[in-house]
Amino acid sequence: MKISVTVNGTLYEREVEPRTLLVYFLREALGLTGTHVGCDTSSCGVCVVVLDGDRAVKSCTMFAAMADGHDITTVEGLVQGGKLHPLQQAFWDCHGLQCGYCTPGMLMTSYALLKHQPNPDEPAIREALAGNLCRCTGYQNIVKAVQQAAAETNAPAPEPVAT
Amino acid sequence: MFPAPFDYHRPGSVDEALALLTRYGADARVLAGGQSLIPAMRFRLARPAVLVDINALSELSYLREVDGMLAIGAMTRDAALETSALITSKYPLLADTSALVADPVVRQSGTVVGSLCHNDPAGDWGVTALAGRAQIVIRGATGTRTVTIDDFLVDSFTTAVGDGELALEVRFPTPPPRTAGSYQKIERKVGDFATAAAAARITLDANGAIADAGIAIGAAGPHALRVRDAELLLNGAKPTKELIRAAGDAARKLADPAADNRGSVEYKKDMAGVLVARGLIAALARLGVEGLR
Ligand SMILES: Cc1cc2nc3c(=O)[nH]c(=O)nc-3n(C[C@H](O)[C@H](O)[C@H](O)COP(=O)(O)OP(=O)(O)OC[C@H]3O[C@@H](n4cnc5c(N)ncnc54)[C@H](O)[C@@H]3O)c2cc1C
Ligand code: FES
Ligand code: FES
Repeated sequence: MKISVTVNGTLYEREVEPRTLLVYFLREALGLTGTHVGCDTSSCGVCVVVLDGDRAVKSCTMFAAMADGHDITTVEGLVQGGKLHPLQQAFWDCHGLQCGYCTPGMLMTSYALLKHQPNPDEPAIREALAGNLCRCTGYQNIVKAVQQAAAETNAPAPEPVAT
Repeated sequence: MFPAPFDYHRPGSVDEALALLTRYGADARVLAGGQSLIPAMRFRLARPAVLVDINALSELSYLREVDGMLAIGAMTRDAALETSALITSKYPLLADTSALVADPVVRQSGTVVGSLCHNDPAGDWGVTALAGRAQIVIRGATGTRTVTIDDFLVDSFTTAVGDGELALEVRFPTPPPRTAGSYQKIERKVGDFATAAAAARITLDANGAIADAGIAIGAAGPHALRVRDAELLLNGAKPTKELIRAAGDAARKLADPAADNRGSVEYKKDMAGVLVARGLIAALARLGVEGLR
């Protein structure tokens, strides 16, 4: 069947089998390998992408056909104008990653969280990420990173510097 | 681990969905959140020839009170309950449950009705639906019928929804005054199915006696089980430590769990009793009745 999916702002039209899982569509049909496959059985959260702007979904547990006519944001869509997204910068600053395998899923789950709750407290961040597994960091720095990103996103824009 | 091939349909209305389900009968399956069906298809435990995706039926996504009942539409996702002020303020039993199903990302897709239709022996919603006296509205080619949750849960992974039918909504009676509930679950980690689970719902009368009780357990049989013996003990009685212990014992007796890597039969039976007691204590505490621990 033919599907049209907007991924990171670009419309893609592709022929897929209905049984094609979204994560393989993104990685293999579109070459967007930023979204990882971990458990492949909906348990680890590394494959999370954002559907229609604010819903975190495990792309290993959704058919590409279900995304027909919808909008997907993957980790590749976070950078704007060559500048890291505040979440990405915060993960860098706070050492929120080591091997980086879980990171795309952590970022996208956090991205959806901040859309719903711009000011989550620490328990809310831990709760939102409870289904995302990380084998390296011990989570502490991931939580700190999301806190930093939330604080920055909410901070008033800097006053333009008079010249 | 790819599912077997199937034909995919995404109807734009309930009538269209029913026409497809009628046309394909036993070959078709409804696809809601996909959080149980897609894993089952990937493991080839299910290989439907046709999927009828109801995600476009936004008219089935609602939480509303009608005629003394809370209606939860077939496309209402668990996450919608977690963030609903109506649910957190008036339906604590449902609020408890929605926060403990699966993990937060799964809850952004999975639906309450889909979970009931899946009828996993260790699923959470069946337990709460029994204690909360829920009803399910089912529509088929010949009309709409309403089924009590007791009749709906037929066997593991089997419900009263027949071929060609669609579950439209689940309804929970709005709790009368002086009513509270609690959902209790032991899980190995977030996102795991229950090792043991229990739901308790209590209404107190003006004298502080129990006017009406609903008690159910999960992961303790082919599907969620209503603990009628506990309800009979509780109805009309004053809440005491002894009464709560007896209600827990009724659950222990009824529980018929299977041993697996989550625990032995003995452990799970015991936890069914412990969780019923904890649920009662928590529900009564919400009504201001303390000191029963
Ligand atoms: C990692 C993970 C952990 C989980 N942990 C838990 C847990 O702890 N507790 C728990 O209870 N569940 C758990 N689940 C299951 C999850 O809650 C599912 O979302 C839920 O059981 C099914 O809802 P769904 O909307 O995704 O249904 P689907 O997967 O789309 O459908 C499930 C079944 O119901 C049928 N169906 C769905 N909707 C209808 C309808 N309206 N009419 C007729 N038939 C219908 C489908 O045909 C299918 O057979 C977990 C799932 C995952 C992936
Ligand atoms: S790869 Fe999707 S949840 Fe693990
Ligand atoms: S950084 Fe290695 S798994 Fe999270």
